[in-house]
Amino acid sequence: MDFWDVLFVAARVVLAFVIPLVAVIFLVWGERKINADMTNRIGPNRAGPWGILQTVADGLKLFFKEQVTPRKVEFLLYAAAPILALIPAFMTFLVIPWGEGFTWEIGGKVREFAFVGADLNIGVLFFLAMSSVAVYAIVLAGWSSGSKYPLLGGIRGTAQAISYEAAMGLAIVAVILFASTTSTDGGTLSFVELVERQRGTWDEVVSLPGGLSWFENVLGLIPRWNILPQFIAFVIFMIAAVAETNRAPFDLVEAEQELVGGFHTEYSGFRFAMFFLAEYTNMFNMSAIAVVLFFGGWDGPTFDQWLPGIIVTFLPLFWFLLKTAAVLFVYIWIRATWPRLRYDQLMNLGWKRLIPAALVWLIASTVVVSVRQFGWPWA
Amino acid sequence: MGILNDFAKGLKVTLRQIWGERVTAEYPKDMREKPQRFHGRHVLNRYPDGMEKCIGCELCAGACPAHCIYVRGSDNPVEAPVSPGERFGFVYEINMLRCIFCALCVEACPTEAITMTHLFEMSTTNREDAIYTKSELLIEVDGTPNHMFPDDPLADMDELRKADGWMRAVAPGGRAAYEGETPWSESAGVGVRPAEPAQEPTRPLIAVLPDFLNVRSQEDPGEPEASIAEKAPMQEEEE
Repeated sequence: MDFWDVLFVAARVVLAFVIPLVAVIFLVWGERKINADMTNRIGPNRAGPWGILQTVADGLKLFFKEQVTPRKVEFLLYAAAPILALIPAFMTFLVIPWGEGFTWEIGGKVREFAFVGADLNIGVLFFLAMSSVAVYAIVLAGWSSGSKYPLLGGIRGTAQAISYEAAMGLAIVAVILFASTTSTDGGTLSFVELVERQRGTWDEVVSLPGGLSWFENVLGLIPRWNILPQFIAFVIFMIAAVAETNRAPFDLVEAEQELVGGFHTEYSGFRFAMFFLAEYTNMFNMSAIAVVLFFGGWDGPTFDQWLPGIIVTFLPLFWFLLKTAAVLFVYIWIRATWPRLRYDQLMNLGWKRLIPAALVWLIASTVVVSVRQFGWPWA
Repeated sequence: MGILNDFAKGLKVTLRQIWGERVTAEYPKDMREKPQRFHGRHVLNRYPDGMEKCIGCELCAGACPAHCIYVRGSDNPVEAPVSPGERFGFVYEINMLRCIFCALCVEACPTEAITMTHLFEMSTTNREDAIYTKSELLIEVDGTPNHMFPDDPLADMDELRKADGWMRAVAPGGRAAYEGETPWSESAGVGVRPAEPAQEPTRPLIAVLPDFLNVRSQEDPGEPEASIAEKAPMQEEEE
């Protein structure tokens, strides 16, 4: 442990806070711009070029605003809820791998750098745990506000999180199961490892009988991302992810027309900003995890023969961000298009459609995976 | 699968709009063309000789549903009359915070003294400034309208000269036979305001009306226009 180690750890801690904040700044701006485009408006265009600093301006404004505290609140929980919302969001961000690591010789030692906050070997479980913890913030905010609309929003939040977490978990299980067969190391719950297993093309894993060998050339062009065999799991995951982040069309937690602002009705100033920040960080996290699980994470063309080394090192980051941005665009696109579900529709979709579909898909995946691994039971 | 198709259809609509035309006008930068009959701020007009049109009859104050007009008439000084009538508007105040811009005052005015303009930027920093008195409402002798903040970049004097189309659009009784007539008097600066374009005789609607309703087509187009007095009994003819 020398000076450089301390410096890099410190830098990593700072980056773990700064990157989500910067991502949210661009995300909120992007959402407002895309929404405006889709509704034939212009969107923010005053602060900075194309209004890109609008979110910064809004954040500063919220920072300096009075934090109105209603008389009936349970103050301790009321004050803790925004922090509780923010912590899981930042914690989830830590386990998402952004790109391949690189080595750099500095201070007389060759050091390894990874584009990931922490490569946990139970990363997927950690993410699921954190997304469950996030709902506490909503419930506590709703309850401690001492007001009926936030309470209703909080209760809705609990029911929604329970309903959709099951479907999301089951969809992820199918992916983990599938990933366990694509390597000789067996199963894994690490995000980094899951990305590693999606590199290359399909001809490396699929072997076809003689007559169909021409088709392997076609497979050789298709990247080995999980989206192809696990498309249904992806659809279930995305629906559940939108519901988990309380985004339209599942934003019953903060349904403006019914519940004023939902769980954050009684919040103002910086506490409100923290909820806002948490929501958008969660949105980014979910998109990034969708990319990691289904779109091969940072996998992409490397061009290492043509481009200089420094660009090759950071190109995976670019691919990762590009894919994440694409998923985020879908999020925003959906919000701009579809109306909010009614509450019973939300529950029906969760319990009667998504969970059975996820279960069936899980069983189907299990069958395919076990036949691939152990052969037919009668053979 | 019909529902999936519907979902996709919705997504397609929003995606297509990204390349669609923007409806937002970047307001202070580009001003939108206002409709002819836009109800904006009032002005008090003068005759071309500088006489005030207002005769202090208080009909506008009586017609006002928001009670935002306060008028006090006074007898005209004999040696230097302010208006051609017996009396003139000695005090004339409009509380723009109460005004609902319905133009009933314009309708009530017997001398076309009060008209509405196209100017709508009237925000003030205190309530007293929102009460427009005669000094703001009355146009100058040369026809220049007054503005509370003439140096303001938003103060557009041309907008103040544009009278609301209502009083230029309808003939007395709103009858088609009087289209194109200008029964209103001259004003300082602008002269006789022309009739609203949509009310010109070439209005296409007339062509599609059945003949018995189309009063104009029964008239000889070569004949000189009959005076208002001659046209008035036409109501009975139609019946």
